[in-house]
Order: sequence, then structure tokens, then C-alpha cells
Amino acid sequence: MISAQALNKYFHRGSVNEVHSIRDLSIEIEQGDFITIIGSNGAGKSTFLSCLSGTHPLDSGCITVDGTDVTRWPEHRRAGFIGRVFQDPLMGTCAGGSIAQNMALALKRGQRRGLSRGVKPADRELFRERLRVLGLGLEDRLQDRAGLLSGGQRQALTMVMATLVRPKLLLLDEHTAALDPKTAAQILELTENIVTAGGLTTLMVTHNMHQALALGNRLVMMHRGRIIFDVRGKEKAGLGVEDLLEKFHSQEDAEISDRMLLG
Amino acid sequence: MTLYAFLGALEQGFLYGIMALGVYLTFRILDFPDLTVDGSLPLGASVSAVTITAGHSPYLALALAAAAGFTAGAVTALLNTKLKILHLLASILTMISLYSINIRIMGGPNVALLGTPSVLTDLEGLGLPLFELTPMFFFLIAAAITAGLIWFLHTEYGQAMLATGDNRQMITALGVNTDNVIIFGVGLSNSLVAFSGALIAQNQGAADVNMGVGTIIAGLASVILGETICGKATIVRACIAVIVGSVAYRTAIALALGLKLGGFSFTPSDLNLITAFLVIIALTSPMLKRRFAR
Repeated sequence: MISAQALNKYFHRGSVNEVHSIRDLSIEIEQGDFITIIGSNGAGKSTFLSCLSGTHPLDSGCITVDGTDVTRWPEHRRAGFIGRVFQDPLMGTCAGGSIAQNMALALKRGQRRGLSRGVKPADRELFRERLRVLGLGLEDRLQDRAGLLSGGQRQALTMVMATLVRPKLLLLDEHTAALDPKTAAQILELTENIVTAGGLTTLMVTHNMHQALALGNRLVMMHRGRIIFDVRGKEKAGLGVEDLLEKFHSQEDAEISDRMLLG
Repeated sequence: MTLYAFLGALEQGFLYGIMALGVYLTFRILDFPDLTVDGSLPLGASVSAVTITAGHSPYLALALAAAAGFTAGAVTALLNTKLKILHLLASILTMISLYSINIRIMGGPNVALLGTPSVLTDLEGLGLPLFELTPMFFFLIAAAITAGLIWFLHTEYGQAMLATGDNRQMITALGVNTDNVIIFGVGLSNSLVAFSGALIAQNQGAADVNMGVGTIIAGLASVILGETICGKATIVRACIAVIVGSVAYRTAIALALGLKLGGFSFTPSDLNLITAFLVIIALTSPMLKRRFAR
């Protein structure tokens, strides 16, 4: 179980541009939870994920994983239990490395890297097996540079890499937002398959309310750095887009961006 | 060009090629423009010269020089990663500090190594004249180091280093402490440069505080010339290209210095101009090739 208690995060603290991005945010993430996170621009969704991954240090609050306090762990150390897929499809892979090299890097996530061979011949079968699931033919292109792949293929590869070593927490930060609708749908289907097959504890930030409703067992709505709505199970399953919109409007100072309405 | 001059260019090419491998490691692999090398080359030379004049083995001198170079590189990387000083500025700070440090080490601006043993002393008595043996000897050393670097870059840690230069956010998300990788990488780079400087000092029989001026440019010229000649499709190819580029660079300079056009000839002080010219040609040649191919 992952527990976040009273998280606070400021940007430009003490200056005129101060932004209180995360405000006293607390959440208990149960083992196997697949949580979709929605909210308008600037609600703090991505910042919240960055706080969990350790990219941004917290101003206050505490994060524990299975009882271990990881609040002061640097990003690379937390990577030992966190798998991540970014919004930018180019961010999750090394363009200059081959598919096999990228997979080999991901296979050592959270472990010491030594002087043994980087890409071990024995691991190639594992790589092929994991890539075959994608149905993109990448299993026959292990030697190709990742930079040669399309955005969708790279995002699919990143998805496989993030889950190659089973993460205790999978963070998906609008990972389909930069893709065309067809590719986005494919990546989303892949996401659902991988997450449900592995029973992975997952947080997925999205701007698309349909996605947020269709996927996962739990939905969290954020606004101005706070969680304003948290539903799960049957209650979530019964929700429609209208209900979510209403929830937004019911916030006194709710501002709904164009993007949110179009979602 | 005489055979003698050509062998001299080969010798210089292999010697400075080791330095160019160090520049390749920072400039191309880590994407860390590192000017420390202008100070770590004479650092290696100084440490080597002082060790030998103190009566120690010339091989120990090489090892100490490499260690000193590693320290210098690590200082630059620490300034950058821990104190958040821009990499270029951090390396310049280390470079200028090394000027003072090198004079402290030598107790003056230079040390002569006349009549002292060097790694070349052992080559005498092998039958062949020294001007033929030395290029071969330096070729073996450069080849061994190139092979070592190629091996290293294919290890788990080496692959993480490549990824650090390529996509730092990604490799951090995969659990690598990129600060440590950069410190080790820039250190390793400068240990190669200092090792090269130590060999150069033993070869030319002197260490001088000013011998490092223009090292970074010569290194870059070698890397870029090599890429133009050999390509950089794989690590193996790119590493070998650095040595080929270094030899090509020294040969081009030897040719230019031997050139006589009527009353005009180049002097060693024209080296910088020639180097800049070579780098510009190498950088623009792919573009020119495309243009003429149409």
C-alpha cells in the first residue's frame, strides 16, 4: 500500500510568482488500485505524480510505501519500485540505443549496474516475448534504433519497459495525449491489458473524461491542488460524463478549460 | 612527405588519439562539453615527469598521471552536478586552477626529462630503429585503450552512461543516479587525457605547463574528422574513428607544415588556423557532399 499524507508543494516559493501546486493532499493507494486522475489544467495532477516519483521534492508531507518512509528518497532510488510512462513519447526511450539496449536498461531498473555485458543474449527471448504482445512486429527489430520508431511505437515500447520489472506503482502521465486518436486508443487498450494482466497498482492522469470513466476501479478528481472527489468500484462504474461535469461546476470557483469540455 | 615525417605523424596521432578518446567520451557520449582537458593533459605530463625525476618507474608515472586526471575530471563534474555550475564554466574553472596546480607540482613552468628512463627505454635493443618502433608501440597502447573503452561502453554501466548522455530523464526513471555516472564518466575521460599527456611528456622528454593549450580543439578536430571518414553508426566504429581521425589530423598538419608555395610556408604558429579550417571542412562536408550529389 502506498500512502501520501498531507503533501504540500510550492513552486517559486516566496516570490510574487508563488504557486501552491499541491495543498494538503492525502491519499491511500491500495494494492491493485487502478486510479484515473482528472482535473482542469493547473489542478496539480502531473505535479502530484512528480511528487510521488521524486522528481519534485516536497515542501511538506510524507510518502510511505508498504510502511517504508520514502519521502526523502531521491528520484533514482524511488525508481526501484516505480514504473513511469511520460506524456512525450520521445521521453521514455533512448533514441540512440537499439530496442534491445533500451529493454536491457529497463530490465535493471532498481538494481546495481555492473561490468557484465549490457545486453545479455539470454535476455533476448524475454524481450521478444514481451514485445510480441504489442502486435507491432517490434520483436523482430531488436537491433533497430529506438529513434527509428514512430511516436506510438515508442510509447508502446516505453509501456513494456516500465512494466518489464514489476513495479509496485505505475505512473502514467497523460501518456496518450501526444498521440493521434487511433494510436492513443491502441496504447490505451495496451495499458488496460498490461495493468489488468499484472494486477498493477496504477495512477493514470488523463484529460479525457471518457478514458477516466472507462478505465480503472477508482477515479480521483483534482482541483487547485486538492482532491475534490474520490470514487471507486460500483459507484464509479455508475458515473457518466455529466456527473463529472456537474462535480466540476459544483465547485464554487470551478473553472473548466475548453479542453476539459471537449474531452 | 617523407617516411620519417609520416611515421612521426602516426606516432603523434596514436599518442593524441588517447586524449581524443577522452574528448569523445565527454563531448559525444555524455554530451558534456569539457574544457578541463586543456589542464589535465599537462597535469598528466607534470605528474609523470615529477614521478620519474624522483626516481620511480615510468609505468608508475603513467598510473599516477591517470589517477590525477581522474581527480581533475571528477572535480569538474562535482562542480557541475552538486554545485549546479554550468558544465562549460565548471570545466573552465578546473582548467585555470590546473595551471597553478601544474606549476606547483613541477616546482616551475617545466621539467626536462633528459637521460631519465621512460616507457620507451625498454624498446631499445629490440633491433629496429626507435623511430619505427615508437609508432608501433603507441599504436598498441592506443588499440588496447580503444578496445577497453569499447568493452566498457557495452557493459551495464557503460550502457547507462550512454543513456545518461542521450536521455537523462529516462535513465533516472530507470533507477540510475546520473550524477554519479557523470562524475565517473568525466573522471574517466580526463584520466585518458592525463595518461596521454604523461606518454607525450615521456616521448618528447619534457613536461611544460603550456603544452595543453588547444587540446580540446585538437580532440574535437580528431573526433569530427574521424566521424567524417569512418562514420559513427556503432560504438565500435565511432571509437575506432576517433583514433583514425587523430591520425588524419596529425597527418594533415604535418602535410601543411611541409607545404612550400614559392616563398610561403606555414609555421607552427599557424596550427590554430589550420585546425579551425580542418574542423570547418569536416563539419560541413556532409552538407557539401549532398549539394554536389544533386
